[in-house]
Amino acid sequence: MADEALFLLLHNEMVAGLYRAAEQGEGENGRCTTKLESMGFRVGQGLIERFTKDTARFKDELDIMKFICKDFWTTVFKKQIDNLRTNHQGIYVLQDNKFRLLTQMSAGKQYLEHAPKYLAFTCGLIRGGLLNLGIKSIVTAEVSSMPACK
Amino acid sequence: SRELLVLTYGALVAQLCKDYEKDEDVNTCLDRMGYGIGVRLIDDFLARSAVKKCHSYSETADVIAQVAFKMYLGVTPSVSCSSAAGNEFSLILDKNPLVDFVEELPAERASLCYCNLLCGVIRGALEMVHLAAEVTFLQDRLKGDAVTEIGITFLRKAEDRKHKRN
Repeated sequence: MADEALFLLLHNEMVAGLYRAAEQGEGENGRCTTKLESMGFRVGQGLIERFTKDTARFKDELDIMKFICKDFWTTVFKKQIDNLRTNHQGIYVLQDNKFRLLTQMSAGKQYLEHAPKYLAFTCGLIRGGLLNLGIKSIVTAEVSSMPACK
Repeated sequence: SRELLVLTYGALVAQLCKDYEKDEDVNTCLDRMGYGIGVRLIDDFLARSAVKKCHSYSETADVIAQVAFKMYLGVTPSVSCSSAAGNEFSLILDKNPLVDFVEELPAERASLCYCNLLCGVIRGALEMVHLAAEVTFLQDRLKGDAVTEIGITFLRKAEDRKHKRN
């Protein structure tokens, strides 16, 4: 539990630090998101390798998505995904109603525009994990009301 | 889980190395981030541990080593006092979890302080309890030393300096 606090703080510092550097230097905001996403990507690849060392082979894509929603999410965020929807044609929507990285921020509309920055790392995390399980993907995130996100 | 933290930290250092060419810049950046984390972590720490007020520098160093490090990183460094004045301490870590997945520093990054974040964290946290200190790495296992040693030097409080001027 204490590790979680440390990870949350580290993540928030990373986001703040990268954006601060961008303001002072030349980079635009878009690049910061890419950097955060690629960091998440590397971490996702490493994490998924360690988690699936002993688990059985996955039957299909849906099985992998369920693994992400339950086991992977639980290990990383200490809870499961609340809702998984799919159109059975390759698009999946994962909904988390109390996203750990956003719970520390106030729930009003004020900070909604800053929320995507905090989701970039997690998008990379999922993308990296999926790639190492053999699925190429594009991961995007959407926040309509804090602290829920899709 | 600690692996997430360690892997994330590794990705962060790798990204900083890409962004900054000089090792000193990366070290400064890590220290600054650590400071930002430290000033917030101290609240979390005090809330979780409920330690009582420390009455001496050596007590403070002990609390950092035995309670804080244990709580957040799962290791307990040993503390030794390295000055007669009683304001310089060393925390000696023979196992540093942040470098679990690192084998060695790449050749062109020889002066990178991989764990500089830790120094910033300690410095920030101490400042929030009104103790100014300088925290640096004295020895680093990644650079070939036998152990990893963090040195904490407690500086005199601002009030003392004001008195001296009068």
